[in-house]
Amino acid sequence: MCLGIPGRVVEIRDDAGLPMGKVDFGGVRKDACLAYIPEVQLGDYVIIHVGFAISRVDEDEALKTLEIIASMGDLMNAELATMGPGMDAPAVVSDDGPPFDGVLDVPLTRASGSPA
Amino acid sequence: MKYLDEYRDPVLALKLVAEIHRITTRPWTLMEVCGGQTHTIVKQGIDEALPQGVRMIHGPGCPVCVTPLEQVDKALAIAARPDVIFTSYGDMLRVPGSTTDLLALKARGADVRIVYSPLDALKIAHANPDRQVVFFAVGFETTAPANAMAVAEAARRGIDNFSVLVSHVLVPPAMVALLESPANQVQSFLAAGHVCAVMGWTEYEPIAAKYRVPIVVTGFEPLDLLEGILMAIRQLEEGRHEVENQYARAVRREGVPLAQKQILEVFEVGDRKWRGVGEIPDSGYRLRPKYARFDAETRFSVGDIHTAEHPACIAGAILTGEKTPLDCTAYGTLCSPQKPLGAPMVSSEGTCAAFFSAGRGIGSLRTLAPATPFVQVAPLIPAAGPADAGR
Repeated sequence: MCLGIPGRVVEIRDDAGLPMGKVDFGGVRKDACLAYIPEVQLGDYVIIHVGFAISRVDEDEALKTLEIIASMGDLMNAELATMGPGMDAPAVVSDDGPPFDGVLDVPLTRASGSPA
Repeated sequence: MKYLDEYRDPVLALKLVAEIHRITTRPWTLMEVCGGQTHTIVKQGIDEALPQGVRMIHGPGCPVCVTPLEQVDKALAIAARPDVIFTSYGDMLRVPGSTTDLLALKARGADVRIVYSPLDALKIAHANPDRQVVFFAVGFETTAPANAMAVAEAARRGIDNFSVLVSHVLVPPAMVALLESPANQVQSFLAAGHVCAVMGWTEYEPIAAKYRVPIVVTGFEPLDLLEGILMAIRQLEEGRHEVENQYARAVRREGVPLAQKQILEVFEVGDRKWRGVGEIPDSGYRLRPKYARFDAETRFSVGDIHTAEHPACIAGAILTGEKTPLDCTAYGTLCSPQKPLGAPMVSSEGTCAAFFSAGRGIGSLRTLAPATPFVQVAPLIPAAGPADAGR
């Protein structure tokens, strides 16, 4: 019962003095009370819990979270690069190339190679 | 669905798991407060993908589980009356009282109805003016704005055959009670995202400072939980103890002011009993005197009933994280979601039910039966080698 799920507001109306609306959850539409989020606009995403909008989803923040996570492998590679070659790495063959970043690259490349 | 699917991406989850493994140098014990988070963590095997020594204790944040036996027995006493339509969130129907549960009562002819929203209960009251309609108002801060609105609307629209049986609990006092306990092992909390969506996180700042525990407001999807765990471990490793917000897309520091205003219009803070934990001072809401006429306890004069839990049930120790379901002799034998002894086996957010549905410790010895983790841990293991070597 305690779960809240994000849905898109597709209708806003006044129901005997109470701001109500319809919210679309991937095709399923449900009535919800919008009284607590008066700034909500048609098309906004809100989190619905027991029939009440309890938060408006901030699109910029949503994207930022995903970007931070997606960039994590790159940060790791960058940091590893600053460490120089790992102990298992083959001897450095050239002075001017980027430092070899070790065995760790194998699983990470696989991870970052897929669409993020 | 938007804002759900992208937070379940296994490739991104793998990156987070790798980063957690990379930064962790010591064993840490974290607690996720909310039962919805427990459900995801156990179902996805997130706890089993963490570095060795990093332990997730599953917290008391399941409203169904902590509703005290007395309140369930009061609900049963009220629901058994012929003039009453008893309405409740679906999860409460199978919570065992001392002799029966609401579902069994319904099967014996009581008018017990499941509602999704408390406004639906109000609708039933409006449509049945000759019956008494009672709503079982349980929940944490997340649910309080909805339950408060139902009472306020009943008052505004003069729906006098509506009343509520209140059993509202609050997260911060429970966290303090855990931290004050001599048995406490929790070093950092993942705070419940939707509780904080409503209330904001200012209440948590003094707790983090006083007890020197990092608190990370965290969402409910696998990536949210992994990022929350990462942020908590990063604070622990760096010796910081701040309140951070992982769930920024839904939670603002000040919360939702209109919802808080409505809660405090209808409810006031009071002592509450937690099932399996006992009474915690100032840990819940009760109706303000102004709305006392909507209190089902006085309307139906249900006396205080004291009853003992099943002797085999260790729900209290599980709720505080001292034990896991695998320590319970009744788990999977005497007690299952089909025939629960204690509340944590009832709700899908309860720790016992989450363990049971993931098949942990079922049908074999009482060892952690590996649930299918959604991330493959194996490729990460070589990651530790070069990182250590480079140090």
